[in-house]
Amino acid sequence: MLLIDNLTKSFGGSPAVKSATIAVSEPAMIGIIGRSGAGKSTLLRMLNRLTDATSGAITFEGRDITNLRGSAKRQWQSQCAMIFQQFNLVPRMDVVSNVLHGTLNRRSTMATMFNLYPTDDIHRAIEILDRLGIAQHAPKRAEALSGGQQQRVAIARALMQDPKIILADEPIASLDPMNAQVVMQSLRRIHEEDGRMVIANLHTLDTARRYCDRVIGMRDGKIVFDGTPAQLTTGAARDIYGADDTFSEAATSTEIETLDAATVLIRQAETV
Amino acid sequence: MAELQSAGDIKTEYLAQMRSKRVMNLILLLVFVALMLAGFQTANDRNAGGFWDGLPNIFDFPADVIGEAIARAPLLPGYFVKYFPSLIETINIAGAATLLGAMIGLVMSLLVTRGLAPVPWLVGPLRRILDILRAVPEIVIALVLIFLLGGGPVPAMIAIALHTVGALGKLFSEVNENASLKPIEGLASVGAGWVQRMWLGVVPQVAPNYLSYALLRFEINIRASAILGFVGAGGIGYDLRNTMSWGQGKFDEAAAIFLLLFGTIVVVDQVSSFLRNRLTHGAKNQEAHP
Repeated sequence: MLLIDNLTKSFGGSPAVKSATIAVSEPAMIGIIGRSGAGKSTLLRMLNRLTDATSGAITFEGRDITNLRGSAKRQWQSQCAMIFQQFNLVPRMDVVSNVLHGTLNRRSTMATMFNLYPTDDIHRAIEILDRLGIAQHAPKRAEALSGGQQQRVAIARALMQDPKIILADEPIASLDPMNAQVVMQSLRRIHEEDGRMVIANLHTLDTARRYCDRVIGMRDGKIVFDGTPAQLTTGAARDIYGADDTFSEAATSTEIETLDAATVLIRQAETV
Repeated sequence: MAELQSAGDIKTEYLAQMRSKRVMNLILLLVFVALMLAGFQTANDRNAGGFWDGLPNIFDFPADVIGEAIARAPLLPGYFVKYFPSLIETINIAGAATLLGAMIGLVMSLLVTRGLAPVPWLVGPLRRILDILRAVPEIVIALVLIFLLGGGPVPAMIAIALHTVGALGKLFSEVNENASLKPIEGLASVGAGWVQRMWLGVVPQVAPNYLSYALLRFEINIRASAILGFVGAGGIGYDLRNTMSWGQGKFDEAAAIFLLLFGTIVVVDQVSSFLRNRLTHGAKNQEAHP
């Protein structure tokens, strides 16, 4: 289905992604983990074609999308939705308009300039918002919403595109643990109910372990791990993060349950 | 060694320093006065009449205008009514020119903002075009256009609009540079085209700043439009030139026109600063209570 072959990206000589090769045969929920600067974001941006690859190829359903230009590239982007760490909504516009932006590729420029969205699309936008539990905020300005709500608007915009792939670039990095859980559960549900492929960059190991079917680890631009969450041992995790023996998964967690577990451990240690 | 000096030594040293500074200042002042006098003498020699001979006459004109206006004060309301249509024409010229100039300026500004421009190599040449539009005075463009198209409000409108494109294109592009790129990237990721990205991603962010600059430009354009009347572009400037000519005995009418223009500029200034205040501060209240 999706083939990434020897994909490389260098910024002025220094490589951000080195010969990444990934094959995905069926829609899955994939988590990419690694330290900051490991090349996770660059990899996703190349998939959406926000960034051009230096060399290598991306093939989706037999079609090479690496060198698409103009309207063909925009047409690919409409099938490959992206969710950003900072939500990237238009802050001064209302929530429904932001969701309707997902249909821009199908709309003519003149229709966009006069806000002529079909009534069916508006109904669908509100249904998607309802599915994500934020329909009551529909007429508000996007900037009036909390971070977690804005990220769900961004997911709604992605769903409005009716995409085959949803890319999520650190979707929960700017959110508190509760909102992070809601957003990750929404992404998981979208994968399970709609059968869409979801690829998410995550900065915590336990999130990847909990929500993903497959985990890819990157270090310094290279893919150093590719397997199921069960195969991801503490040794493999230390290798991905370049950490020493003091590294423990609970210490990096943002999950409430694991945090509680860690606190219990610390309390026990203190009492002994 | 500074720390070994007594306070008395420091006093004498400081006073000596101050004295030399004072001498330098005096010399510079004398040079400045000498240059000013010499320059004035040169300019006066080249003058047709001579400054000192003409000086008393300077106040003759305002004295005549005010004198006649006071003498015939009861006629002023009639003159206001008489010249009101010309004032409307002047404001119309300014309004149409601002609207047209702002629309073209908006497109130009997006084409010359680095990071937003669709054709990066066109940024430099288009910026030079904006520079040229700003550099050529409105009155020069108006004179050429009046020669080509004949007198009337349309050449004046085009002349002011061209200047407005140059001025607002530059100001708008500076505003665009401060727009956040995140919404634009978000729109790019759904496959939106350039016009869609600009219209939905950039314009909503910076529209209040655009409007604020456009209102400021409208004030400036009213003055420009009044002046262009002097060269035959119609409006209140044309009437002002006719009534202001010496020896026609129409100074009371000139005074009425001056009052009309002054009143208009005060009104537009007040209204636009009220609107701009609401745009910058009122917008925040709206966010708090959506």
